[in-house]
Amino acid sequence: MRGKGIRIEGLKKRYGKGDTAVDALKGVDMQVAPGEVVGLIGPSGSGKSTLLKCLGAVIEPSAGLMALGDEVIYDKGWKIRDLRALRRDRIGFVFQAPYLIPFLDVTDNVALLPMLAGVPNAEARKRALDLFKALDVENRARAMPSQLSGGEQQRVAIARGLVNRPPVILADEPTAALDSVRALAVIRILEQMASQYETAIIVVTHDEKIIPTFKRIYHIRDGITYEEAGEGRGVD
Amino acid sequence: MISLAGRDILHSWGKFVFTGVGLGLLIGVTLVMAGVYRGMVDDAKALLDNSGADLWVVQKDTLGPYAESSSLNDDIYRGILAMSGVAQAANVSYLTMQVRRGDSDVRAMVVGIAPGEAGRPGWPPYLIAGRQITRSHYEAVADIATGFKLGERLQIRRNYYTVVGLTRRMVSSGGDPMVFIPLKDAQAAQFLKDNDAILQQRRRSAENPALNRPGVPGLLDAVIASQSVNPYVNAVLVKIKPGYAPDEVAQSIRQWKRLTAYTLPQMEEILIGKLIATAAKQIGMFLVILALVSATIVAFIIYTLTMDKIREIAVLKLLGTKNRTIAAMIMQQAVALGLIGFAVGKITATFTAPLFPKYVLLMPGDTALGLFGVVVICVLASIIAIRAALKVDPAEAIGG
Repeated sequence: MRGKGIRIEGLKKRYGKGDTAVDALKGVDMQVAPGEVVGLIGPSGSGKSTLLKCLGAVIEPSAGLMALGDEVIYDKGWKIRDLRALRRDRIGFVFQAPYLIPFLDVTDNVALLPMLAGVPNAEARKRALDLFKALDVENRARAMPSQLSGGEQQRVAIARGLVNRPPVILADEPTAALDSVRALAVIRILEQMASQYETAIIVVTHDEKIIPTFKRIYHIRDGITYEEAGEGRGVD
Repeated sequence: MISLAGRDILHSWGKFVFTGVGLGLLIGVTLVMAGVYRGMVDDAKALLDNSGADLWVVQKDTLGPYAESSSLNDDIYRGILAMSGVAQAANVSYLTMQVRRGDSDVRAMVVGIAPGEAGRPGWPPYLIAGRQITRSHYEAVADIATGFKLGERLQIRRNYYTVVGLTRRMVSSGGDPMVFIPLKDAQAAQFLKDNDAILQQRRRSAENPALNRPGVPGLLDAVIASQSVNPYVNAVLVKIKPGYAPDEVAQSIRQWKRLTAYTLPQMEEILIGKLIATAAKQIGMFLVILALVSATIVAFIIYTLTMDKIREIAVLKLLGTKNRTIAAMIMQQAVALGLIGFAVGKITATFTAPLFPKYVLLMPGDTALGLFGVVVICVLASIIAIRAALKVDPAEAIGG
């Protein structure tokens, strides 16, 4: 596994210039260890999405430092040339909606990422099937996304986020569309996967059902983060 | 690596197939239009090839007998026959008209052929049923496209003719099927008037003091006799002896007979370069318009299909899919759509071509060119959708 956890120091993001400039992030500090699941909570407009886009190497921060394990990936500019490969190989994404590719079956939805990275098809599909076993969706491996329930789709989306064994997973409101039982099930799975694969997981959420499950929570308000110890009850 | 385009097509095959069928009908029309042009050219070549002539001798300074009217005395062929290098020379007359068939009529080119036998210039070179004309009057050989049957009687002007033979691919440059009749009958048909008109003409001649002089007995009868016959033909078809150059014989005829003579390449130039040139340009314009319409439709369809997948494209980009993979997916879908359309279009054109009233010739070269054109159009049409897809911000996959 390349890198361990994620570290962010003084991350800033400014949109626009001059009088119209808006500081979406004013100095974010975060550190998430391998195997840890932390919550990121904040009201609308607080900078959650901007932070997620910076962490996901989708937009470039204005200042600060980001590191995956010991490797600095941003420090006054990107330190890695191929951001596309960075996103593909070292950052996993789980979205509010599963956003599975509707014309690929469940296995290929997950296996597509390693295939894009050059892994042979058979090996990529084996990785996907191994994850399906862990996520208890192996019996739906040949199904199309439209044939799955919401919970099953979200588990497949988690498998897609994990399949390249990234050191970090960014989960954007992964339980927003699920009921309490399924939402807690998703968090349980994320915790298991974080532990099993030594992955650092950041869960952006508004969902009060799952907030008590985090051991550590980052609050973000007006572009600044505040760390807080969570109740850390976990999922029974 | 799996084929994203292939999977998408398989997933929504109904949409692709129905769109492809619609596009295919348009491509089919395009192929048929090209076939119509080829058919016109082939008709012109068939007219020349089937005439069995090496030279066409026509009225001086005319482009006859197909592109312009031409009139020659019917005894000129004797002088031509005596010229060096000439193997055969035969009078021929052409008249495009409606040939009566019972209560209906058929558009046809009536060809008057000089007495003789098969192999003589102007005669149908082969028959598919019946026999050649053997009598001097009232027999006909018809192209099968006229719809006439052996033994059927057809009416040209006032006279009836019995169909004694059927031939095939004997058409005018306009695609009208030919009906062959004896030359004398054809000459009469060109100028034959009804009885009332003949009586009126004779009365006028009798009342004309210049033609009816009391001191010149027999003058009026001679004038009326000359008015009752047509000594003209449209052309003399010449076959050249082996070893003689057509250009040299033609030049000799031009020089000594003060007539215009065309060789086969010159006649092809007149028919294809002049007679059907305007129609060819017309069809060419249609082809350009149809190609533009096809390109627009493919571009619109591919753009719409791509816009339907904008969220998936954003996710793919966020997950690290290369731009060229996404571009290839869109382009492959456009080409696949074009290939489905082309297959449908080719089948449509093949099965509908025989139903057209005029000859539609679908040539393999045109089909290959059409396939190439469709692929090029589809590739170009997909560029708009590719540009739109590449502009999609991967951040769109992340909320907020």
